[in-house]
Amino acid sequence: MSTISSLPAVSRRGFLGGGAAMAGAFAFGFSFPLPGRAVAQQAAREVNAWVVIQPDETVIIRIARVEMGQGSLTGLAQLAAEELDCDWDKVRFELVKPMANRSRDKVWKDLSTGGSRAIRGSQDYVRMGGATARAMLVEAAAQGWGVPASECRVSKGVISHPASSRSTTYGAVAGAANAIIPPTDITLKDPEDWTIAGQPLKRIDTMDKLNGSLVYGMDISMPDMLVAIPKACPVHGGKLKSFDAAAVSGMRGVKHVIKVDDETVAVVADTFWRAKTALDALPIEWDEGENARVSSADIAKMLREGLTADTPYVGNRVGDAKATLGGAARVIEADYSFPYQNHAPMEVLSATVRWTPERCEMWGPTQVPDAALDTLASAAGLPPEKCEVHVMRIGGSFGRRLFTDYVRMATLIAKQVPGAPVKMMWTREEDMVQGRFHPVTQCRLRAALDADGEVEALHMRISGQSIMAYMRPNIMTENGDPIMFQGLMPGGAEMAIGYSFPNLLIDHAMRNPHVRPGPWRGVNLNQNAVYLECFIDEIAAATGQDPLALRRKLMKNHPKHLAVLEAAAKGIGWDTPPEKGRARGLAQIMGFGSYVAAAAEVSVTNGELRIHRIVAATNPGYVVNPQQVDAQISGSFVYGLSAMLHGECTVKDGRIEQENFDSYTVMRLDEMPDVEVISMPSGGFWGGVGEPTIAVAAPAVLNAVFAATGKRVRNLPLKNADLNMS
Amino acid sequence: MAKLNINGRIVEVDVEDDTPLLWVIREHVGLTGTKYGCGVAQCGACTVHVDGVATRSCVLPISAVEESEKIVTIEGLGAEKPHPVQQAWAELDVAQCGYCQVGMIMAASSLLAQNPNPSDADIRAEMTNICRCGTYGRVLAGVKLAAERMRG
Repeated sequence: MSTISSLPAVSRRGFLGGGAAMAGAFAFGFSFPLPGRAVAQQAAREVNAWVVIQPDETVIIRIARVEMGQGSLTGLAQLAAEELDCDWDKVRFELVKPMANRSRDKVWKDLSTGGSRAIRGSQDYVRMGGATARAMLVEAAAQGWGVPASECRVSKGVISHPASSRSTTYGAVAGAANAIIPPTDITLKDPEDWTIAGQPLKRIDTMDKLNGSLVYGMDISMPDMLVAIPKACPVHGGKLKSFDAAAVSGMRGVKHVIKVDDETVAVVADTFWRAKTALDALPIEWDEGENARVSSADIAKMLREGLTADTPYVGNRVGDAKATLGGAARVIEADYSFPYQNHAPMEVLSATVRWTPERCEMWGPTQVPDAALDTLASAAGLPPEKCEVHVMRIGGSFGRRLFTDYVRMATLIAKQVPGAPVKMMWTREEDMVQGRFHPVTQCRLRAALDADGEVEALHMRISGQSIMAYMRPNIMTENGDPIMFQGLMPGGAEMAIGYSFPNLLIDHAMRNPHVRPGPWRGVNLNQNAVYLECFIDEIAAATGQDPLALRRKLMKNHPKHLAVLEAAAKGIGWDTPPEKGRARGLAQIMGFGSYVAAAAEVSVTNGELRIHRIVAATNPGYVVNPQQVDAQISGSFVYGLSAMLHGECTVKDGRIEQENFDSYTVMRLDEMPDVEVISMPSGGFWGGVGEPTIAVAAPAVLNAVFAATGKRVRNLPLKNADLNMS
Repeated sequence: MAKLNINGRIVEVDVEDDTPLLWVIREHVGLTGTKYGCGVAQCGACTVHVDGVATRSCVLPISAVEESEKIVTIEGLGAEKPHPVQQAWAELDVAQCGYCQVGMIMAASSLLAQNPNPSDADIRAEMTNICRCGTYGRVLAGVKLAAERMRG
């Protein structure tokens, strides 16, 4: 699979996983035709939940986490294949469906995919799944030969018994292996000995992405399928007052105009364009509710009040920062802000649902298959046992599909058109307005300096929106939202601050505007890294210290944080001056279990910023696929710098103003800097890679902008700042 | 009835005049490799070739397309053997989620047909398709690799 001679042939690997039916718990209900489905329906023999081996030696590895571009599908297959000792070229994949998971007592555990957890959150049991299957296959062969399994060897799916010069294959013994009682005394390989995992292998789900044959949720087609396009009240929390269905019901292709729920109407037609044309023409009246006049300025004011409010939620406290600040020789202070951002994945939301009184099925993208099944069943008014979610690969998600609002919506529409498959598709405009936005926050930072300029105390007051208060109220503590403090926590393996201060106070005043928030790739690490890392730079500038030298002092108790920072600094050449006209900036943070840092080199000419070069260092503990880790880290600068340079969703008359990419600008190739990735896994822990680096993109560049111009950009995005030197 | 030449085949479709070519290709002809991303010619996910020129099909009404114009979609691009751009994309593992990549590939193949030896600056200026996963670095490398191969 290193080169392709024929796209269609190689792409069979991908078709297999595209949601095709299979034996046992997977095969029921109706399914839509996918290319290559016949391949999937060959007699498949399951060794255990993770591994199926066909007589032709094809190894199917079941993937229980969702693939949305992050590449974990291939990484998880590598981990299972490593322990299985199979032939990597024969590996195919299959996506696990939530009803199968439920009916088999959650044998695949958690299907949800977020928080950069796909690999680190399942590596142990996926490896165990591969290792257990290997032991069962070997035992089956050994029993067949009447020899002890301990005398057998395995190489690339071929089992041999050297003493008697016999050999067989995984495909030949897979049927018998299923009956072997799984051993429990399995020892996993030392990662030092990996030959499949740890290698820069190519993705196994690529080929159908290159010839257009991959069926995404938006591409589903079924006999007699209808298309529905919804429109919800543009002011979040507002209601649908009325609509005039008669005005559009005679338009070509229009089948139904439906009240979906209290805030949403939908047009159901035979095609997207006809549904959209009718929806655009549909007279709709909204009851926009109490937030109908709210603007970004109102929200900013609400947050500003939180910067000085009493009784905040304390996330990290050392000593007495407030008292120290009160008596300090010198105090420096700065206010920052971070705006709403839309996920804006390239594939907008969709779900195809077919409802009958007896059964309800959904085909479509979700990051949370188990929760999607629950939502589907609940909206369908059926027990989950009579429902199924057919998981599909996703055209980008970045956190948006951790919500199942669109699954519910599609189900409520389909329920009003019994028997017909209904593909609900959102327009880009609906996707932009009905997002679950990166929350807005402001931050006031105050540092107490002694007579020598040493930092005696830091107070970081975050004011603003809690994702969890909206999304998962059950994980809120009585004081507030613990997720607010990503990257700032006193310790732990997930999101610990990398600095020690004699006195420290980090607290949060929750202020929740009506705009619905959600986890946006990097979540709260994004703004926290901007606030902390830019302010550390401010302290360095105010005290005449080199930003790296100051950090070395403050980070000496945090060697893992410091190590990635040192690597990024070395990579950019921090010790030697940049060429004339260029300047550099640094940032580091810990999040999602990994330590990350970035160094940026920029120039600013006539107020125009150019980012020339980025060096990014990451210690994620272990690396399962180096070239995919590289892709995630360099890709993080597109997402992170898009937000820093351009990303801003503003509110006017209660609604989000940016409805498409013409007003919500994102980075394109012309702005993409060269990114050099330093991957430095230390072993000893498992961290994520999909998200953490996003957070250091913005502060590294903002610090470089300061170095270049002396201008401190504290309010994102940068497009609103004037970088002219005059 | 509109007549179109898509991937070398004449197809007849019964659609309203203002229907964008994108939706005709996807829903009436049934070729779903060409993607909807924005509907306003910003993102390029809907890129097809019209007489060899990369064209954003989401804003091109079907009434503006002549039967004589040869439309090529991703399904037609590598139908016989993979296009060098597709080969380069496979070799460099460019795609992440893949949703924008068909448009990227159509844009890149059109660019190389017109400019067999593009500079980095040319590629950065011409490849204006949006990718949110962040594949730009490999897209740049992929265009250069394909260009090299095509020049032999």
